[in-house]
Amino acid sequence: MDIQTLESYAREVRKDIIIMTSKAGAGHPGGSLSCTDALVALYFDVMNVDPKNDKMPERDRFVLSKGHAAPALYGTLCERGFFGKEEFDKFRQLHGILQGHPDTKKCPGVDASTGSLGQGISIAVGMALGAKHTGSKSRVYTVIGDGESQEGLVWEASMAAAHYKLDNLTVILDHNGLQIDGSNDEVMSLGDIKAKALAFGYDVIEVENGNDMKQVLDALHTPPCPGKPRYIILNTTKGKGVSFMEGQVGWHGKAPNAEQAEQALKELEG
Amino acid sequence: MEKKAVRVAYGEALVKLGQTNDKVVVLDADLASATMTNAFKKEFPDRFYDCGIAEANMVDMAAGMSTMGLIPFCSTFAVFVGRNYDQIRNGVCYPKFNVKFGFSHAGITVGEDGGSHQAIEDIALMREIPGMTVFVPSDANECHQCVEAAAEINGPVFIRTARLATPVYDPRPFTVGKGTVIRDGNDCVIFTCGIMLEHTMEAAEILESKGIRTALVSFHTIKPFDEELACSYAAKCRKVFTVEEHSILGGLGDTVASAIIGKGVEKFRKIGINDEFGQSGKPLDLLKEYGLTGPQIAETILKDL
Repeated sequence: MDIQTLESYAREVRKDIIIMTSKAGAGHPGGSLSCTDALVALYFDVMNVDPKNDKMPERDRFVLSKGHAAPALYGTLCERGFFGKEEFDKFRQLHGILQGHPDTKKCPGVDASTGSLGQGISIAVGMALGAKHTGSKSRVYTVIGDGESQEGLVWEASMAAAHYKLDNLTVILDHNGLQIDGSNDEVMSLGDIKAKALAFGYDVIEVENGNDMKQVLDALHTPPCPGKPRYIILNTTKGKGVSFMEGQVGWHGKAPNAEQAEQALKELEG
Repeated sequence: MEKKAVRVAYGEALVKLGQTNDKVVVLDADLASATMTNAFKKEFPDRFYDCGIAEANMVDMAAGMSTMGLIPFCSTFAVFVGRNYDQIRNGVCYPKFNVKFGFSHAGITVGEDGGSHQAIEDIALMREIPGMTVFVPSDANECHQCVEAAAEINGPVFIRTARLATPVYDPRPFTVGKGTVIRDGNDCVIFTCGIMLEHTMEAAEILESKGIRTALVSFHTIKPFDEELACSYAAKCRKVFTVEEHSILGGLGDTVASAIIGKGVEKFRKIGINDEFGQSGKPLDLLKEYGLTGPQIAETILKDL
């Protein structure tokens, strides 16, 4: 798919995020907007999925380990055709399929229930190991957060991914640098995250601008390194695409009000 | 009488299951020689995954593997349900993934390793999770039945096994969610689970010798619980005692209490670990220390009657 089309899908997903969170009056727009480009690239250009057959056994798997970025996943799945936009009205509402955090039992296209940080990457490692075990050609992708990387489980999973030589696994770090209580460096510094990923046995690619569709695609389309799991560092901007949210820690878990949503949508329309 | 630890039977049952079901894979966290999954590892090295000393990752990896059509059995010590709780709850049970937990070394009969390694709250933690099936086999044969049944259930199952070698009884009919009447009686009833079967059988005999007709019912399934059987014996005997190698908070005793409330019971007592931690010692000395030998159970019941 050409870059311009993918970028326009990313714009639509960003609008979906604003619409969903403002309607619900809750949700996590900041970290959803930062990983939007990666999700669009995956679902529209990289992964083998079929919206009409969401349980297709040979499909590639995706786990949103930073489950609070659910609006980005829901927007992407919707634009890709897994369900209709009417579901946005029930985001975070009683009986909705779009729960506050992704629920595989309720939402088509969601392969694992996430939200408890650290667990998604570990589940993704299990999926990749299961794919190897069963001889499946499915590839497994997971997006983790930088704040999430403070969880020990992320590193237990990483150790296992390298140990079992899971070259069918791609871990994508949405490195926007911010978390609830402040910047990563203020809260709990990640240190040299690239060196850490390398030391854990990943084949590492660092993307200078993780909100640039071409750069994201180049990284995701880089052929796997035999015998090694892949780790892609996406240097992103929290709140990307909405001027008053960009780089602002306060927009981690706060929904825009009607007026703010209107302004955000205007900006995203361009 | 032949004695065998329930955990040993667990290892054997996995091998048997592995022979007929190629979807079964086994995960362990560097304890294969203690949880007895090493029997499976030896027989099916390609279907055994050591996760290293990283229990949380083991559980979520099993969750992921189950989504690829496999039936993972994870094993570690029962005391680590605490360290795995979030992974069991959110990673496996919330999405209702098909993962089995065969956790060994439950209760104080772990012995010398001491209170840090003696799970007395695992039944409570596991039974409160929606959709979880909880098995507590009382002997080696029942453990085989629990493992077979676990593979047939589409969803999470917890199997609690013990370290200590205990009597192996003749196989009894087994239905998931049904209690087993070991002996009938109508003066009082003892409800038990797991390896306390041996000691409650002794207690019941002592009581019988004193003219107290004692019913004994063993529950291999704590969840779903056989409320019907518990209620019928509670109504018949009216004096109800529960015996478990677990805290009296949240385990079998509370399961029974919830089931029989309002059934006209005159006397109800939970016998188990009284809201305290265990300690180092020989298994049988520990049972004595905490009042869980046959004669002590009989004595406690007699006092109440």
